[in-house]
Formats: sequence, structure tokens, C-alpha cells
Amino acid sequence: MTTDMTTAIPQVVPDFGDEATEGRKLAIICSKGNLDMAYPGLILANAALGEGVETHLFFTFWGFDMITRSRMHDLKFTMLGNTATHLPQGLGGLPGMTAMATHQMKKQIHDIGVPDVPEFLEQIVASGGHLWACRMSADMMHLDESDLYDDVEGIISAADFIEKTEGAQLLFI
Amino acid sequence: MTTVHVDAEGFMTEYGEWTEELAAELAARIGIELTDEHWKAIRFLREDYPTHGETATLRRVSTLAGIPIKQLFVLFPGKPAKKMAYVAGLPKPRGCV
Repeated sequence: MTTDMTTAIPQVVPDFGDEATEGRKLAIICSKGNLDMAYPGLILANAALGEGVETHLFFTFWGFDMITRSRMHDLKFTMLGNTATHLPQGLGGLPGMTAMATHQMKKQIHDIGVPDVPEFLEQIVASGGHLWACRMSADMMHLDESDLYDDVEGIISAADFIEKTEGAQLLFI
Repeated sequence: MTTVHVDAEGFMTEYGEWTEELAAELAARIGIELTDEHWKAIRFLREDYPTHGETATLRRVSTLAGIPIKQLFVLFPGKPAKKMAYVAGLPKPRGCV
């Protein structure tokens, strides 16, 4: 297709859907603390923000590790219980296997230019994303705001999160 | 009068047909007035594309051109990656992050 660029009236201008995304919200509940299960929520949140969608992440249960300062740098990947590695399950139980699998996965993620978990959270916050910690998880694990990633906006109840994300599309991971 | 090639959505398809004057016109069409900061991002995208082989994502612009992501959202509101690509006369970025 060709278009004439010098006329005053634009002929084909992409529809960036600025009005359509106005008011669109996405809520992502991150409930897993495995390295491999941390990424889907982060990638989708980042994608949504890049599309102008208001995005809220709620970290609960094992997902709390993603925002707990002492653990967020050290999420792990295990072959155990994951048939998608297509390797014998027994291998996964050998000493050092989880460390090796984690190292390998971190390398693969790094090689395609995707940040590690703390840096990814930083990018999400810089893009306007909101991070929330689950009250019940904090209570169970005896953690408070001082233990969490700085940009977490608050420790809130499930009901608070539901209220904040009224009308949002929701993902449970 | 110049004629350029675009895809069905209006993104330019021929790298060589883009000029800086055209960029200003494309930006104006989506309500953006280009400042030096916009140009820094656009020039990076233009320079990066031929060597990288695809349009830089927000993260790539941020880390390699040194423009904070927050600022890219200010410069190209809403959908910064797509808007930057449009103004730079490049395809939409295909990378996820």
C-alpha cells in the first residue's frame, strides 16, 4: 500500500486505541514462588502496561517470594513435578539439580534480554504498574513492609484488592 | 508530493523512505510534538534497527539509549513502543519485553 504523506488530512493513521484502553484494567494474582512461574505474570503485566492498560499485581502465598527482599533475587526452578522438561523425574531429585536447572533458566532468560525478577518489578513500576502484597500471607509468614520490595504500595486484604480492581480483567497465576 | 509505503495500519514499511521531516508529520498525526528528548529515542530506534534486525522494545530503548522507561511513557503516552515505532517509520516491535 502507498500513501501520500504531504496532504493535510492523514490517510492511514494507526489506531492506537487510546480511548479504547482508557478505563481498561488488568488484575494479576501471583501465587507462585518458582522462578518459571514468576515470569508469566511479570511479562503480561509489562505487556499490558505497554498497551496503556492500568495494571495491578497482587502477590499472595508463594508469590510473596517475588516481592520479599531476602528471597526475590533467589527464586528457583526445579525439574521435579514438571514433565515439560522431558527428562526423567528421578534426575530432578539428585543433589544440586535444582541449582543447576535454576542457573540454566536464569541464563536463558538473561540471554534473550529479559530482566531478573527485581529489575522486572522496577520496570513494571516505572511503567505505572501497581504492586500489592497479600495481608494474610504477610501475617502467616510474619513479614511486614520492611521485609518487602520498596515499591510495593501496601499490604492489603483480598477484599481490598477486589475493590481496587473493580471492573478489571483478572489473571490467576 | 512524496509517496511512501505503509502497511494496512499505517506503519511505514520501507526503511529508506523515512526522513526526519516525515517523522515530525507522523508525530503530529498522533498528537505528539517532537522535542529533543523524542528525537533521542527516535534516532536510537533508527540506528538500532538495521543492526538489530527488529524494532527495539521499550526495555531496549531504555537500557541502550539511557532514557528511563517512565520518561518514555511521558514522551509517547499510552502505547509508547508502538508510537515510537510509528514515528520512526519502523514496524511495531515484536519482542515481548
